[in-house]
Amino acid sequence: MQEASPITTQADFVPFTEEMRKTHTILVPGMLPIHFSLMQAALTSCGYKVEVLQDTSRAVVETGLKYVNNDICYPALLVIGQLLHALESGKYDLHKTALIITQTGGGCRASNYIYLLHKALEKAGLEHIPVISLNVSGLEKQPGFHVNTSMVRKFLAALLYGDAIMYLTNKIRPYEVIQGTTDALAQKWLAKLGDAFTSGKAQALSNMKKLTKALASEFAKVPIVSRPKTKVGIVGEIYIKYAALGNNNLEKFLQKQDCEYMLPGVLNFVMYCVDTYLTDYKFYGGSFLKYGANKGAMWYLKHLEGILHSALDTPPFSAPATYEETKAMVKGVIGYGSNMGEGWLLTAEMLELVHSGYTNIICAQPFGCLPNHIAGRGMINKIKEIAEEANILALDYDASASPVNQENRIKLMLATAK
Amino acid sequence: MQIGLDIGSTTIKIAVLDDAGTLLFSKYQRHYSQIAARILELHRELMTKFPTLRTARLAISGSAGIGVAEDCGIQFVQEVFAEKICTEKLHPGTDAVIELGGEDAKILFLGRHFDARMNDSCAGGTGAFIDQMAALLHVETDHMNELAQQATTSYTIASRCGVFAKSDIQPLLNQGAAKCDLAASIFHAVASQAVTGLAKGRPIEGRVLYLGGPLTFMSCLRDSFDKILNIKGLCPENSLYFVAMGAAFCAEHEVEFASLPAKLEAAGKTHTFEHMAPLFKDEAEYQAFHERHLKDSVTISTPEKAKEAFIGIDSGSTTIKIAVMSPAGELLDSFYQSNKGNPVIAVRDYLTDFYQKYPHCKLLAGAVTGYGEDLIRHAFGMDYGIVETMAHFYAAQHLEPEVDFILDIGGQDMKCLKIHNGAIDNIFLNEACSSGCGSFLQTFAEILGYSAEEFAHIGLFADKPVDLGSRCTVFMNSSVKQAQKDGASVANISAGLSISIVKNALYKVIRPSSKAAIGQHIVVQGGTFLNDCVLRAFEQEMGLDVVRPNIAGLMGAYGAALYAQRRYRDNPKLSTIIKLAELKSFQHTVKGVTCGLCNNHCHLTINIFASGKRFISGNRCERPITHMAPQDDLNLYRQKLELLKALPNLDTPKRGVMGIPMGLNMYELLPFWQGLLNHLGFKVVTSPIEDKNIYRKGQNTIPSDTVCYPAKLMHGHIKWLLEQGLDHIFYPCMTYNIREQGTENCYNCPVVAYYPEVLHANMRELAKAHFFFDYLGLLHKKVLVQKLYELFHKEYADITKKELHKAVEAAFGAYDAFEAQVKERGQRIIALARAQHKPIVVLAGRPYHIDPKVNHSIDRLITTMGAALVSEDAVSSHVTPQELNTDLHVLNQWTYHSRLYAAAKYVRENPDMHMIQLVSFGCGCDAITADECRRILEEHGRIYTQIKIDDIDNLGAAKIRIRSLFSAANLFDLDTN
Repeated sequence: MQEASPITTQADFVPFTEEMRKTHTILVPGMLPIHFSLMQAALTSCGYKVEVLQDTSRAVVETGLKYVNNDICYPALLVIGQLLHALESGKYDLHKTALIITQTGGGCRASNYIYLLHKALEKAGLEHIPVISLNVSGLEKQPGFHVNTSMVRKFLAALLYGDAIMYLTNKIRPYEVIQGTTDALAQKWLAKLGDAFTSGKAQALSNMKKLTKALASEFAKVPIVSRPKTKVGIVGEIYIKYAALGNNNLEKFLQKQDCEYMLPGVLNFVMYCVDTYLTDYKFYGGSFLKYGANKGAMWYLKHLEGILHSALDTPPFSAPATYEETKAMVKGVIGYGSNMGEGWLLTAEMLELVHSGYTNIICAQPFGCLPNHIAGRGMINKIKEIAEEANILALDYDASASPVNQENRIKLMLATAK
Repeated sequence: MQIGLDIGSTTIKIAVLDDAGTLLFSKYQRHYSQIAARILELHRELMTKFPTLRTARLAISGSAGIGVAEDCGIQFVQEVFAEKICTEKLHPGTDAVIELGGEDAKILFLGRHFDARMNDSCAGGTGAFIDQMAALLHVETDHMNELAQQATTSYTIASRCGVFAKSDIQPLLNQGAAKCDLAASIFHAVASQAVTGLAKGRPIEGRVLYLGGPLTFMSCLRDSFDKILNIKGLCPENSLYFVAMGAAFCAEHEVEFASLPAKLEAAGKTHTFEHMAPLFKDEAEYQAFHERHLKDSVTISTPEKAKEAFIGIDSGSTTIKIAVMSPAGELLDSFYQSNKGNPVIAVRDYLTDFYQKYPHCKLLAGAVTGYGEDLIRHAFGMDYGIVETMAHFYAAQHLEPEVDFILDIGGQDMKCLKIHNGAIDNIFLNEACSSGCGSFLQTFAEILGYSAEEFAHIGLFADKPVDLGSRCTVFMNSSVKQAQKDGASVANISAGLSISIVKNALYKVIRPSSKAAIGQHIVVQGGTFLNDCVLRAFEQEMGLDVVRPNIAGLMGAYGAALYAQRRYRDNPKLSTIIKLAELKSFQHTVKGVTCGLCNNHCHLTINIFASGKRFISGNRCERPITHMAPQDDLNLYRQKLELLKALPNLDTPKRGVMGIPMGLNMYELLPFWQGLLNHLGFKVVTSPIEDKNIYRKGQNTIPSDTVCYPAKLMHGHIKWLLEQGLDHIFYPCMTYNIREQGTENCYNCPVVAYYPEVLHANMRELAKAHFFFDYLGLLHKKVLVQKLYELFHKEYADITKKELHKAVEAAFGAYDAFEAQVKERGQRIIALARAQHKPIVVLAGRPYHIDPKVNHSIDRLITTMGAALVSEDAVSSHVTPQELNTDLHVLNQWTYHSRLYAAAKYVRENPDMHMIQLVSFGCGCDAITADECRRILEEHGRIYTQIKIDDIDNLGAAKIRIRSLFSAANLFDLDTN
C-alpha cells in the first residue's frame, strides 16, 4: 500500500473548527435507514449535532443533475443532490450548518466525492459551508472533527446492531402473521439502542453480546407462518444496493412481489476495506506499521463478527457465512488483489448468497460503474459455471433509467426463478 | 378459450386460442400509446367475432402491459417467460430464440441451462432503431428490406444507440453513399449489436428461432443474423404472436368479458406522474411572449428586383438550408428542407430553379458550411467554406451585436458559443451520446402520430408537463413509455420533451457554473427553437428573455452568406459558382471504395461530376488524394508507436515465447515487461496494433457492454495471440501504476487495473493456455522480485531470485530509456514547430489513446490541418509537483490523471499550445478529469476542447470541434484552402 504523502497545497476549503462543534448542525446524506439512525445516535453521543437526511424526492435527483457532472457515478449525484437540496430548502441556517461525506480513499473514483461536493457548493455560492470528510486515512484536515478510537468503536457498534436488525427483519418480515409486527419491533429496538448510545453503553463488548442476544430472541418470538416465497439476494455497489433513493425502492418492490430478500451486512464491507491494506501490503509492499494497525483492526472486527453471529444463531435463525468463509468462496474465481470499489467481495457475496439459498440475485450498480465491470458483470459467467443454479440479474441505475424497465427485468428474473 | 394480449412498447398483439391450443384469431397493430382505447377496440372486435363468448382465460404480457394488468386485476405474465412457454410448446428442441421488438431485444437460451438476456438501458439495435434509421434514409421501414437486397458494399455502423449510428450514417449520406448499401449495413449493425450485446460470450448455435416484428418482416435482417452466427435460423409461423400465445397458455383465470370496458376506464384515472409547472399560465401570457419574439427579425424581401446577392448554404446533417441575401442584409430567398439523404440533388434543383426564376439577380459570391461543406463546395464551385460554428456566430452577431452567448439546437447537434470581446471565446458541442436534439422531437411526434408543428402546438398549454429527466434519447423512449403508462396526455408529453431538451442543453452540454455565467444577451437559434415550447422552456429555465430570430432555422446559411459577402468585400473576384448551363448537364455519380494505401482501410466515397472532377471523402489523411505518405515528423503519437515497434526483442529465446496483448497499460509498460522477459530469455510476441479486425475477433466474449472501448479490444488481442498458437500469455493485474512526482498516490483505474481478471473469467479459450495475470506492483523492487518468483516458479523452476532481480533492473532501465526517448522526441517536435511557427496541439489522453483503433487517427487529422502534435506525457513532466498541486480541486491519486492536470497547467502557460482531451466513452474517471482540466484552462481564459471516442469510426464531429478550436484561437485562416 502506498502512503498518502503530505501534500497540503490543494485548494483551501473552509475547515470544520472546534467552535462549530457547538454551533453547527451536521447534515448526513441518508443511505441505510436502520444503520444510519444508530450512527446518528453514536455521533450525538460524541458531542455533535447531527441530522440524517431522509428526502428521497425527485427534486434530489434534479438538484444533483444541476450541480454535478452528469457523467459521474449516480451515487455521487444523489448524495450531493440530497445535501444541496437540503441546503437550498430554507430549513437550515446556512451559517450554522456543516456537511459530512465519506471518503474511501481507494482507486475507485468515489474517493473524489468530497471534491465534487466542494465544486457543487462553489457553483451554488455556498462555499462557506464546511465539509467534514469521514475517513480513517487522514485524507483531509479538520480541526473540529476527531475520528478517535471511541468514535470508531461507537460506529462499529452501530453497524453491528444495524446488521443484526437488518438480517433479522429480512428473515422474519415475509413470514409474519400480522403485517407490521417485524417493523414495529425494529423501531422499538432502534429507540432502545439509541438510548444505549446516549448513555454510552452501546459499544461495550459485554453489552453488545447481551443486547444482540436479547434482540435476536425477541425477533425469534414474532409469530410466523410458512409461505412459499422466492428468495432474492441483493448485492452491488454499496450505495445503490442499500439506498432506496438509489435503487428506486427495490426492497419495497420485492416485498410486493412476494419475495424474501437478503442483503449482505455492512460489517463485511468494513472488514473487506481493512483487508485491502493487508492484501496490498503482501502484494506490493508498504508500511509495516500500517499493516500492523490494520491487523489489529481486523482482529477487533472479527471479534465483533463473532458476537453478531453468535446472536444470529438463535433458532429459528442461523448465522450467515463468516467473512473468512465468504472470502474463501472466491478462491480461484477472482484475485484478492481486485479490491477497488466492492471488488472481489461483490463476487464472493453473490456466491455466498447462492450457497445459502438465495439463488436469484440482483446485482445493482450505477450505470457505468467501473469496479463492477470487473467484479460484478465481469464475473457472472464464471459464477454460473461454478453454481449452475445461480439466476443473476445485473441492473443499472441512473437518473434516467426508468423503473418500468427495471421492474420488468426483475419480473423476468422472478418468473424464471428456480 | 384462452386469450393472450401482448402490449409492447409500440404495438399490441392479441392471440385467441381454443382449449386445444389452435389459434383462432390474431391481430397485430401499432397502439400509438392509446393502450386502453386499442384494447377496447379489440374487445368490440372479439364480441362480434365470437358473439357467444362470455368468459375466457385471459393474461396480459409485454413491457407496456404491466400497468393495465395491475389496474384491471388481470394476470400478468412476463413476456420473456411467455415466449419461453410458447416456444417449448410449439417448437420443442429449440436451442435459442432471438426476438427483436420495438424497444427491446432479447435472446433466450432454452434447454437445461435456461437463460434470458434483454438489452441493457444503453442499447439500441432494436425495431425502434430500424425505424429511426429508415426515417433518416427517408424510406418507409418496409422498404428497408428491398433496399438491403440490392446492396453491393457495406459500411461499419455503430448500432449501440441510435444517436451513434446517426452520426455514422449521416456523413455517409452526405458523402453520397448509396441507400441500399446503408440499409444492409444497418441490418448488419443491428444483428452484430444483438449478438454481442446480448449473448455476452455464450455461443448461439443449434436450432434458432427468429421472432418479433422486424425479424418477421425483414428477410435481409434474418440473413444478417444467419451470417453473423453462421447458422440457418427459422422464422416460424405466427412469429409475431409468440408472446401473446405464451400468455394465453399461461392464463389461469377466467375473466368476465362484459366487465372489461368498465375496468379499463377506471384504470386510466388512478395514475399520477412527476410533472413540472405549465409553460404558460394562460393564453394572454402566450400572446405577450409571441409578440415579443416577432420583433427579432431579419427583413424579408424578394429577389424580384435585386440585382446582386450572396448565397449561403448550410448542408446540415439532416437538412439543407439555403439563404440568398441582398448586399443590405435582407433575406431575399430561402430554402429549408430535409436533404432526403442527398444534399447534392437538393442544391442542384434549388440553383437551377433560382437561375431560371431570377436571371437578373447575380450571385456575387457563395459560401458553404455544415457537414456537407466539402461535397457541396466541390460540386457547385462555391467560393468559400466556413466551419459552422463561425457561420452561426456571424449571423447572430448581425442580429444582436452585443450577443454574448449563442445556443443553436439543430436536428442532430447542439452548438453553444460563448462570445467575449466580439470573438468566439469558447465552444461547446454536444457529445455523440447526447446529441439527440431536435430530430428526436420530430421522431416522437411521428411515433405518436403528429406532425412536428402540431406536436409543438399541442404542448403549449399543457397543464402538467411530464418530468422526463435530461439524458439521451434512448433513455427518453422508456421515460415516455412510463409517462404513457401513468396516463400522461400527449400535450403533457410534448411539453415535457421540450423541457427535457432544454435541460439536456443546459446541464449536459453547457454545464454552466451559474445561470449568470451563461450570458445576458443570448441568441437562440436552430430549427428546434422554432418550436415555441422549447423556446419558452429555455426562457423559463434561464429566467431570462432571449432573442430568437425569425430565421432561427436558417442562421447557419445566413451566416455563410454574410461570410461570403465579407470575403467578397475584402477581395472582390469573379465567383466560381456553377452556372445554369453547367447545371443542366450536371451529373453526379457516387462510388464507394476501400482505400488500400495504409492499414486504416478508410471507406472512401468518390463523387464524380460531369466535368470529370472527382471529390473524395471519408479519407483520414491526404494520401488517397496526393498519393503521398503522411508526414509524421510533427506527430508524437505516431512516433511513440514507432518507438514501441522498434523495441529490442530476442530472436533466439532460451525459455520460449511469451505473448502480450497490446492494449490498455501495455502502451506504456511494454518496454518494461519486454525488457524483463527478454532478460529472462523469453521472446515477446505482441498482438498487432494496426489490425482492424481485432475488435470483432473477441467481440462475443465481452461481458459488460458499457465498459470502455480500449478494454473491449483486449478480448480480441487475446484471441489473436491464441490464434497464433501462443500458449503463454503475460498480462498482469496492477492496482498501482508507476509512481510519478507530485501525486498523492498512483492508482490505475479499476478497468486498467483488473481487466485481466475479466479476460480470465470470460474467455474459455484461455483456460487451455498459461495465462500469467498475477497481481504485480512496480513500487517495491524486492516485493516485485518475490511476486515474479512466485509467478514463474511453478513452470520455470530454474529461474532464481537473483536472475529476477537483474531482470527487474534491466526492465526499469528499458522503461526509463523509452520514456526518455518519448520526452526527447516531444521536445524535438515542440522545437521544430516553434521554428516553423506552427501551433502545437497537446492531444491529451491516456497511453492507450495512441492506438489508432482507439483514436481513429484523429492525430493525423490534426497534423494534416497544419498543427504539430504531442501527447500529455511530453509536457507533464515540465510542471513541478508544487505547481501541479497548487489550487487543484481533485484528489490527485491516479497516475494517468495527474499527467492530464499537469499538461493542462503547462498548456495554459504557453500561448502557442492548445489542449484537446481524448475521452473514451464510458470512462467514468474522465467525468472528473474533464471538469478539472476544463477549469484549469478556462480560469486562464484558455479554450478546453474534448473529443469523446468510441468504436465509431467517423471523425465528422471531431473535425468540427478541431476546426472550431482553431478558428476560435485564430490559428489559421482555414477557409482559404
